[in-house]
Amino acid sequence: MSEPAITPDSIRSHGLSDEEYQRIIELLGRQPTFTELGIFSVMWSEHCSYKSSRVHLKRLPTTGECVLQGPGENAGIVDIGGGMAAAFKIESHNHPSFIEPYQGAATGVGGILRDIFTMGARPVAAMNSLHFGLLAATPNAAPEERATIARNRSIMSGVVKGVGDYGNSFGVPTIGGEVRFADCYSRNPLVNAFTLGIVRHNEIFYGKATGVGNPVIYVGAKTGRDGIHGATMASEEFDDASQAKRPTVQVGDPFLEKLLLEACLEAMRDGAIVGIQDMGAAGLTSSACEMGARAGNGIEIDVDLVPQRETGMTAYEMMLSESQERMLIVAAKGREREVIEVFKKWELDAVVIGRVTDDQRLRVKQGNQIVADIPNEALTEAAPKYNRPLKKPDFIGEIASIEQVEKSVAELDATFMRLLAAPNIASKEWVYRQYDHMVRTNTIVLPGSDAAVIRVKEKRRALAMTLDSNARYCEADPRVGVQLVIAEACRNLIVGGARPLALTNCLNFASPERPEVMWQFSETIDGMKEACEVFNTPVTGGNVSFYNETEGRGIHPTPVIGMVGVVADAKHITTQWFKSANCAIVLLGKTANDLGASEYALATQSTTNDQPNRLGNAPPLDLQLEKRVQEACLQIIQAGLVESAHDCSDGGLAVALAECAFSSYKREAIGCEVNLEGELSQAALLFAETPARIIVSAAKENLEKIFEIAREQNIAATVIGRTGGENIKIAVKGEVIINRPTTEVESAWRKVLPQSLEEASMIAAEQR
Amino acid sequence: MKFGVVVFPGSNCDHDTYHVISKVIGQPVEFIWHRQTSVNDCDAVLLPGGFSYGDYLRTGAIARFSPVMSAVKEFAANGGKVMGICNGFQILCEAGLLPGALMRNANLKFVCQHINMRVETTDTPFTALCQKGQVLSVPIAHGDGNYFCDTATLEELKGDNRIVFRYSNANGALTEGANPNGSLENIAGIVNRERNVMGLMPHPERASEELLGSNDGRIIFSSLAATLADLAKAS
Repeated sequence: MSEPAITPDSIRSHGLSDEEYQRIIELLGRQPTFTELGIFSVMWSEHCSYKSSRVHLKRLPTTGECVLQGPGENAGIVDIGGGMAAAFKIESHNHPSFIEPYQGAATGVGGILRDIFTMGARPVAAMNSLHFGLLAATPNAAPEERATIARNRSIMSGVVKGVGDYGNSFGVPTIGGEVRFADCYSRNPLVNAFTLGIVRHNEIFYGKATGVGNPVIYVGAKTGRDGIHGATMASEEFDDASQAKRPTVQVGDPFLEKLLLEACLEAMRDGAIVGIQDMGAAGLTSSACEMGARAGNGIEIDVDLVPQRETGMTAYEMMLSESQERMLIVAAKGREREVIEVFKKWELDAVVIGRVTDDQRLRVKQGNQIVADIPNEALTEAAPKYNRPLKKPDFIGEIASIEQVEKSVAELDATFMRLLAAPNIASKEWVYRQYDHMVRTNTIVLPGSDAAVIRVKEKRRALAMTLDSNARYCEADPRVGVQLVIAEACRNLIVGGARPLALTNCLNFASPERPEVMWQFSETIDGMKEACEVFNTPVTGGNVSFYNETEGRGIHPTPVIGMVGVVADAKHITTQWFKSANCAIVLLGKTANDLGASEYALATQSTTNDQPNRLGNAPPLDLQLEKRVQEACLQIIQAGLVESAHDCSDGGLAVALAECAFSSYKREAIGCEVNLEGELSQAALLFAETPARIIVSAAKENLEKIFEIAREQNIAATVIGRTGGENIKIAVKGEVIINRPTTEVESAWRKVLPQSLEEASMIAAEQR
Repeated sequence: MKFGVVVFPGSNCDHDTYHVISKVIGQPVEFIWHRQTSVNDCDAVLLPGGFSYGDYLRTGAIARFSPVMSAVKEFAANGGKVMGICNGFQILCEAGLLPGALMRNANLKFVCQHINMRVETTDTPFTALCQKGQVLSVPIAHGDGNYFCDTATLEELKGDNRIVFRYSNANGALTEGANPNGSLENIAGIVNRERNVMGLMPHPERASEELLGSNDGRIIFSSLAATLADLAKAS
């Protein structure tokens, strides 16, 4: 089969610049073939090459006592003690999820699951961070706005169903995550999927093609024409024609993935596998050249041997296909039959398609014809790196403090109810009820508390994990914003009784070709570095997603942090809910006048436009103070002094107190009576989002010990009230502001998402 | 006594069920691969939850043709104790070992949450240690758990005291709000005429350890183990 000629048009349609094409010619010493052009285009895409981000990412701390594997492999791995390790990573599937929400989200989950089990780890927990456009129209909305709201609801329904169907069928519990809303995600929804797996130290596998002459085996689903150029599509902005890109979205098959998991883990146990990597973005191309490059070897394959779902596929199509549920395995020479037998047992294709060579090249043959022959380095290390221009956005200097006028008691009370119904704060039960969060019988803390906690059956210890972001803070100040997010992620683990170990990040940004966006990115990395060092939580890997931009309008900078921690003893596991009446409620830390960029600002300053320069600046963060508050809280929990602990964040103290009071499994709601004192305005005392604050409830006889630990850590600890009663009763400086039955408040908080989404999801289900 | 846990391609509660039998109940247990044509020397066979063969058609519709199901049928016909949990219940209905069908949930969505179910009869090997009217807190996780059968079958189930569990509230009242999936008369589990084959949608294996929030489900496995022990003693 002859290869099509390369023209200036075909170069452009592959997303390559003229300079990049010249570079290809230099690296090859000749014109590329058409197949080679395709290979370069996907490997040099932003999604695969990190060409705009690499110069910045290298500033992040990636090593630490617990880190067994940092960035560069399919997932990061940390030591969790007792000879066991946790492999975890987060990845974006934003662009496909806008084009086809159900399959886009489903295959996002599938992709990250493979990244984990390719390391030899059985996936035991999944989470996801989802960002959507708003779900409620403003009163008297124009038809255009109503159409946007309807689409947002339909995207969310489809994404949630896609995430659920894939994970539920595969059999991994989806134990937590976050769902957040802002207008900027209307046409750029974010779907970031996280998975964690457990593996013994001595059973970790890597994506390395070691051993010259070893056979290269293709396993899993057959290759079809789906997903060709998916990675390139994810490296572009959207326009009106984007919907025409639906064929670039892959179709997921969780059943096949489940078989692939069992077959891979079984084959790994037999010792016949020397290296393995999943075929994710850029499919066969990236797995073959990355496995070769990591081992300093080459790989030669014959695409005619690849199991194919369709007839007449060209080498180009097979190398670029992103068909799901496929893996590439390097087996020990002479033991290929053993590997193939295991896959046969699970009724999966397993075919030797090539071998490991010593020449550090990716060589692709189609029968006798060589259609691509490229040095691995040209596709990996020598890929373009851009140090793109940075420019601080003009609005950053123009952020004004938010207007603070004295509010009446009735206004403050109404604001409280409005905050609990705000989509970022309202109950996410509608979402997580659709996810099987208990399969594998490890889930100790179910979705709904600050951190999800699973046990590790093999070792009787527990792992806590959380996903966090706050794009409003990051928009106002990307450096401090990401630090606030990391601080909150750590705090979420601490209040659960865990010590944070390490993090994975998913950096969702708009177009890197805009200097303002690159400035935000660069600031984010600097802020992250500093926070990681203070909290001693290295970055073990992650993902960058640029070009979250449609028709020139980008998303807020949205770094999502996935933090993992270890609970030393299961008896330390703590949830946010009050457990009994007549306990003292203690605030660790101190409220400051931090209403800027808060949920309060969003709810009171404007209803439709969340431009940060009207919402004020993000709260300042004292990293050292934050660390001390967290340390005190963990000590208090480990000493067994508290019944509940809850992070204080979105919506401030008033919202956090309500969340502590609401009912949970086997537990009726428990009200509270609180009085807040201080020099601040009533609104600030109730709703400020000052970091470094934690609410605990404790028996009165434990108070002295709690104060002692607080003194040792040099942090404030104040009794602000007591648990019990039917009502959530909150006074400020003696004046009662909120006094409502807990059940009434809880019901308002629970009904928001069902009301917005029930209809849309029924329609989506019917269409499916 | 020995338990067998059938593994279909796509079963995903097989390890959980195995764990409860071996670690919580403390009895011997082995996996039975779907291609096996015998259930070996097992005294009870458990069909676990999951998505057998992907369940892209109707749930359990492919699994009923699996080689192991002929063996399970034969085992049941000889009085062997068989329990199907969730997908296992769906398979038992498809295979004709239990009457009726599990339709899509009334709200068309997958639902995972703790529910309460009331023990309707203790006259089964699976509920022998329970109290009639006892309320168990056990989770569900399914998209197709909406039990349905025709009127004649329903009358037969009721007349023969073959409805084993019904969805209830915490006090044991059979309210509409306590029914999570639209099941006919809040039915959560039934037995066959011979009372040796039971299917239920809730997952007792997920509620067998206090650490996981509830150990109410354990009594179902304990009942079965006690029945098998009695049978062994008698023989």
